Amino acid sequence: MVRAFVATLLLSTYFLSSVGAESIQDLTKTIRAVEVNGQGHPAAIAAWKELSQAPADQLPVVLAGMDGANKLAVNWLRAAADTIAQRQIRAGQKLPIEGLEAFIADHDHHPRARRTAYELILLVDQTAKQRIIPQLLNDPSLELRRDAVADLLQKAAALQAKDEASAAFRKALSSARDLDQIDLATDKLREAGETVDLPVHFGFLMKWDLVGPFDNSEKKGFDVAYPPEKAVDLTASYDGKDGEVKWFQYATTNEYGVVDLNEVLDKHKGAIVYAHASYVADEARPIEIRLGCINGNKIWLNGKLLTQNHVYHASTSIDQYIAAGTLKAGVNHILIKVAQNEQTDSWAQRWQFQLRVCDQYGTAVLGSNR
Amino acid sequence: MPLTRLYPLTLLCISVILCMGADWRQFRGTHSNSVAADANLPVNWSADENVAWKSPLPGRAASSPIIVGKQVYVTRSGGVKQDRLYVLSFDTETGKQMWRREFWATGRTYTHPTSSVAAPTPASDGKRIVAFYSSNDLACLDLDGNLLWYRGLGLDFDKAGNDVGMSSSPVIADGVVIVQAENQGNSFATGISLEDGRPLWKTPRPAMANWASPIIVPGPSGKPAVILQSPGDLKAHDVQTGKELWNFTGGFGTITSATLSGELLLLNSGGMTALRIGLDITTPDVYWSQNRLSSNGASPVVHDGKVYVLSGSIAKCGDLQTGELLWQSRLEGRFWASPILAGGHLYYVNQEGLGQVLSIAEEGKIVAKNEMGEVVLGTPAVSGDALFIPTDKNLWRVSK
Repeated sequence: MVRAFVATLLLSTYFLSSVGAESIQDLTKTIRAVEVNGQGHPAAIAAWKELSQAPADQLPVVLAGMDGANKLAVNWLRAAADTIAQRQIRAGQKLPIEGLEAFIADHDHHPRARRTAYELILLVDQTAKQRIIPQLLNDPSLELRRDAVADLLQKAAALQAKDEASAAFRKALSSARDLDQIDLATDKLREAGETVDLPVHFGFLMKWDLVGPFDNSEKKGFDVAYPPEKAVDLTASYDGKDGEVKWFQYATTNEYGVVDLNEVLDKHKGAIVYAHASYVADEARPIEIRLGCINGNKIWLNGKLLTQNHVYHASTSIDQYIAAGTLKAGVNHILIKVAQNEQTDSWAQRWQFQLRVCDQYGTAVLGSNR
Repeated sequence: MPLTRLYPLTLLCISVILCMGADWRQFRGTHSNSVAADANLPVNWSADENVAWKSPLPGRAASSPIIVGKQVYVTRSGGVKQDRLYVLSFDTETGKQMWRREFWATGRTYTHPTSSVAAPTPASDGKRIVAFYSSNDLACLDLDGNLLWYRGLGLDFDKAGNDVGMSSSPVIADGVVIVQAENQGNSFATGISLEDGRPLWKTPRPAMANWASPIIVPGPSGKPAVILQSPGDLKAHDVQTGKELWNFTGGFGTITSATLSGELLLLNSGGMTALRIGLDITTPDVYWSQNRLSSNGASPVVHDGKVYVLSGSIAKCGDLQTGELLWQSRLEGRFWASPILAGGHLYYVNQEGLGQVLSIAEEGKIVAKNEMGEVVLGTPAVSGDALFIPTDKNLWRVSK
């Protein structure tokens, strides 16, 4: 133990004498320059080697290096922080708990840096969970928020008074962004006789204008710009795969916004349907359009293609495809193309989608014409 | 098969083995054949018999452990979105966790509920390990857990991913790590410098789902080549440059991977097919094909003139030279893990954690059934006289 302490002390002294906090910032800056295709690697490799020798009291500075970092650099820095912390713990030395807790409290830091700080504290202090987590119910770090929601759900379940329990479950639901926690809180509230509007909580679009089917034989229709892609005219009729097709309105009653096209249009193979929704926004703002779709798909917002995914029957889930866009004030037009292929396997028959509009945290952004 | 052609292969294998000791450096072992012929493993084990230690594992995985020296390395994934990626190291003797590294996935993390983002098995050159995930994240660390570099290949190859999950494991040869990721979104194979993570080459692959892993074989002039298997063809590429060496058209399995034995490459195609490849062959030729030896449930094991396959839940043995079916034995359960051959026995562990041990000398007689009580997806690994089995909860060391 004594030898380990002396070694750590010498290492810290050496490191601080040669590279201080300012140098740590330089090292993290070098690592932040890593990009796709291995760009920036030679310099980052050298910087990481040096950074990983930083003394543990500099962990908040190392973590601050994640601020503004891309996904790749965050992982390089996470590995440096873990290496420093685990070496410190192995040497029987303390982590800078106070500094790390202050770091978590500062919401300006990168959510993953704050999460890392929390997980480092947990390595040496399990009591930190009850000290830190309950305060983070609406945290921008969705991982920290999830833990806070889980904590509240657990406490709510233990409450004897029905009203108090319902209030706690309602509060948990309001903060929850993960499907399993939303479902759990919803079930508890409904068991207590409360109402929950899941489509509103998620921001699923329920009312659609549909037109189709158009031809997608041999999956070739995916790249064909059928008339609805050029202009949405809800009064128009078109030459479809099996004759004339017209727009019609459809409102799903599925709580997760699922529109089952096999049910709406009958079963078609090698076919395409367009779905349009008008969305009235009070103000211009960035949003995310999140699509769950087991078929090939494209999404346009106000005529701009946001994403396309030529993938068939490889599973589906809520938020499977996420596309960032910007709403304009007033009426916006969301158009999606849903392409079914010609597979005959029993597991390749679904033709459906579910779409919601939300912010970067998954919080519903509701149109005023909903 | 002329001895003159076998000699360079044998020499290569011997020199590699001498350098590797008891390591098990990649999926199905250092030679991608699932064989540890000299290992003296227990036939019987249970929670309180012949289990040296069990160490808890976080999250979940379908990957296999690898072993380098005195450490066994494991990958896992966790988090509600499975976007937390773990690499862990354990002492082979004590089971003590030596270190743990964590990353966030940069690519797609959806998988079949049974599988995991940590489905590909890591690989090592003996000095470094590379951990690869279904999200196309690729981390390179030294044996002590120090990060050497990190790549997010899903950022380089936009749309690459299969929301059922991908499982192709990386291979390493000549300082290059080769990754094969085939899916409808954006299929690719790429060779990456182990030294610094630089891309050395990349090649597009068929836009179809495929879970098979690449395999390293000796190429022209004794230089290593990598074979990439896909539903429609089998291609050999130079490891350093990615140059295509040959292309063999056919219908190949998308789940199980190929196994090399001398000049024969065994793979799931029309049942089991043995292709003859070699140092100077420009196009492989079919040595034999046997539809009764389909290996749709596990990658084939080849040893001592025999090939062992798993057809559904039936273990089968065939003659390596002719493909003739020699015996078969019905097993219990469904399998994710490929079998291991060690000390005259075949070890099959099914999804429910039932380890079934077959005697090769007794033509597949089941000589032991070992209930582990935990879910097993990953193929076990062998080092020395120990079998390392990853479960949904623990890493087990099974040894006498």
